[in-house]
Amino acid sequence: MSEVNGNGGAVEETRVLLRHAEDPKMASLEGYESYGGYRVLKKALKEIEPEWIVGELEESGLRGRGGAGFSMGKKVSFLPHTDDAKYLCCNADESEPGAFKDRELMQRNPHQLIEGMIISSFAASIGHAFIFIRGEYDEQADILDHAVEEAYEAGYLGNNILGSGFNLELVVHRGAGAYICGEETALLDALEGKRGNPRLKPPFPAVQGLYGGPTLINNVETLSNVSHIVANGADWFKSFGTEQSPGTKVVSVSGCVKRPGNYEVELGVTLRDLIFGLAGGPLDGHEIKAFYPGGSSSPVLTPAELDLPYSFEAMAEAGSMLGSGSIIVADDSVSIPRMAKRTSKFYRHESCGKCTPCREGTSWTDKMLERVCTGEATPMDLDIISSVQDNIMGNCLCVLGDAMAMPVSSMVKKFRDEFEETIAEEAAKTWSFDGLEAVDGQEPGPGGMSQKTLRRERLAGRSIPGEGVS
Amino acid sequence: MSPVMPSDFDPENAEPEGFVSPGLPVDKASTSGRLPIGDPEQIPDPAEVDIPDDLRDQIQAIVDKYPDRDHKGSPKSASIPVLWIIQRRYGWCTPEGIVQAAAVMQVTPAYLESVASFYDLLRTSPQGEHQVLVCTNIACWMRGGDELLDSFCAKTGADLEAAGHGGALSEDGRILVSGFECLGACDLAPMASVDERYFGPLENADASTIVDQLESGAEVLPEKALDRRGLAGGVADSSDPRVVDGKGPNQ
Repeated sequence: MSEVNGNGGAVEETRVLLRHAEDPKMASLEGYESYGGYRVLKKALKEIEPEWIVGELEESGLRGRGGAGFSMGKKVSFLPHTDDAKYLCCNADESEPGAFKDRELMQRNPHQLIEGMIISSFAASIGHAFIFIRGEYDEQADILDHAVEEAYEAGYLGNNILGSGFNLELVVHRGAGAYICGEETALLDALEGKRGNPRLKPPFPAVQGLYGGPTLINNVETLSNVSHIVANGADWFKSFGTEQSPGTKVVSVSGCVKRPGNYEVELGVTLRDLIFGLAGGPLDGHEIKAFYPGGSSSPVLTPAELDLPYSFEAMAEAGSMLGSGSIIVADDSVSIPRMAKRTSKFYRHESCGKCTPCREGTSWTDKMLERVCTGEATPMDLDIISSVQDNIMGNCLCVLGDAMAMPVSSMVKKFRDEFEETIAEEAAKTWSFDGLEAVDGQEPGPGGMSQKTLRRERLAGRSIPGEGVS
Repeated sequence: MSPVMPSDFDPENAEPEGFVSPGLPVDKASTSGRLPIGDPEQIPDPAEVDIPDDLRDQIQAIVDKYPDRDHKGSPKSASIPVLWIIQRRYGWCTPEGIVQAAAVMQVTPAYLESVASFYDLLRTSPQGEHQVLVCTNIACWMRGGDELLDSFCAKTGADLEAAGHGGALSEDGRILVSGFECLGACDLAPMASVDERYFGPLENADASTIVDQLESGAEVLPEKALDRRGLAGGVADSSDPRVVDGKGPNQ
């Protein structure tokens, strides 16, 4: 079955969620049903007790695929058994840099997600379900709209589904471009028609979520697994992956690799298999320098860690995280300080501004990294950057600030030499400290200052030696 | 789907005198920039706001889709989808459009304005007929996203600095070019979203082709469109020996 390539990686994908995904028919109700779709829903509504489904999901050990990796079955079991209106929100706001698996799952197989949502709602007696999809995914939202319409027409959604007495309304809700809406409580605010600001937890959404009612929030990939687990049982699901990370995972590999793409593998394959075996390894003539193992929010790893198994537990042990399962590879042509700058720029832009450590921390980190990249910083600034990260972590309502602090502090820690070299190189482009002469054909100004520094000092209204206040 | 903008639109003077938001009833449509029309903190009286019937029905249909339609006070869940409707109709979230939406939803215009200004894709100023969003986030940056954005700016005459900070209009005002954070298509890096459809991987020269195609109304780079591509990744077909069929016993 497997093929061994030059880098020792056994090249193999295990397709459960992406099974037949290359067939364009799969996106239609007819195509999905021809591959056995909605069969387990019919069975579940007729013969299976909701409690059994919840138990089986818990037993399967399915962990959330959106980033946090929390047990899905446990989340369902946290919902109170009351008659209050309950809600299910599918988090399809996939905005984590590096992640594009949910896009593929919704585009290729929207009914797998819808069936998973109907079964989950049935198990937790939920009457209203939403798919919160990011506004940029307009094409995929159109596909979902069409699929939901088909499901209503076929009687899988609406009132008295397949004669079972179970009712479910499903709405596809488009966001409008805000990373923060992927945070579950900000997502709820956006769904309620507000600016997407995270809420204070507790109360957790399972107790008090959308419209104040108990709410279950799961990622697209997590919900797409549900019909397979209910059809084949928890033991079958656990036959894939590792003990603590059962199942398969669609992994998005991107950056400096030959074949960027989505690869569905059993959790626990090595990173080398994923990056070299499936994604083709770095471009010719280049070597891997670092990579984010779980999206831009995860601390970077180095080639020394390539032989680790790709699982929630192994990534946590290595001081990083599996997150949403998105690997971004940087090769030796990539400047790590500039990569850190891109990372901070993103979080600075996306911070909602509600908490001070995140709003100010992301902004100042970005400014300090800008100074690193233009040679205006000193090595001491690197210590300040690290201490700012420490002061962000754990001090905000949500994890957006931490999501910048983790990768940035890991880069400064692991690649400190390169940061210092960059500062020196960039400073040398503007300055020559011997005799205070500016290079690049620029004459040094008063006090030996470069033209750039002079301009800045003049704009700031500061005095310039030999010139006085201008 | 593309919003309509008058061809004599002048980007230098974004709100020329007598500028008319396309599609609006003409007598109510003169745009006075971002100055609010009426009191932004008062819920507009539907009887006093001129709203096209089809727009009213569209908005009401969205409000009715959400469970908070029965809640006391104003149901707000429809805010984002309704602002999308306004933007698709008028080209951007115009003050008149916001007042019309507020009148149907029975919320204040200030409230809708606060929502619109939070989200990157909802524009509170004119955004041209076509929108080109170029991803400059980590994976696209590694593969030339910045240079791609430069190429779009060079071709359209959009200001590079402004394009990198929220977007800039082309010289003729018809095309918005904007650097954008991760669009969720790192497999296509470097890529761009053109009128809400994804294209990639793009060469710098493709920028010129895309702009020409947008201006002439031709189909944009069909061979690089996401919907024409197979499964992302190297193995396209499940019958490939490198793919294990994860079929369960009951499927």
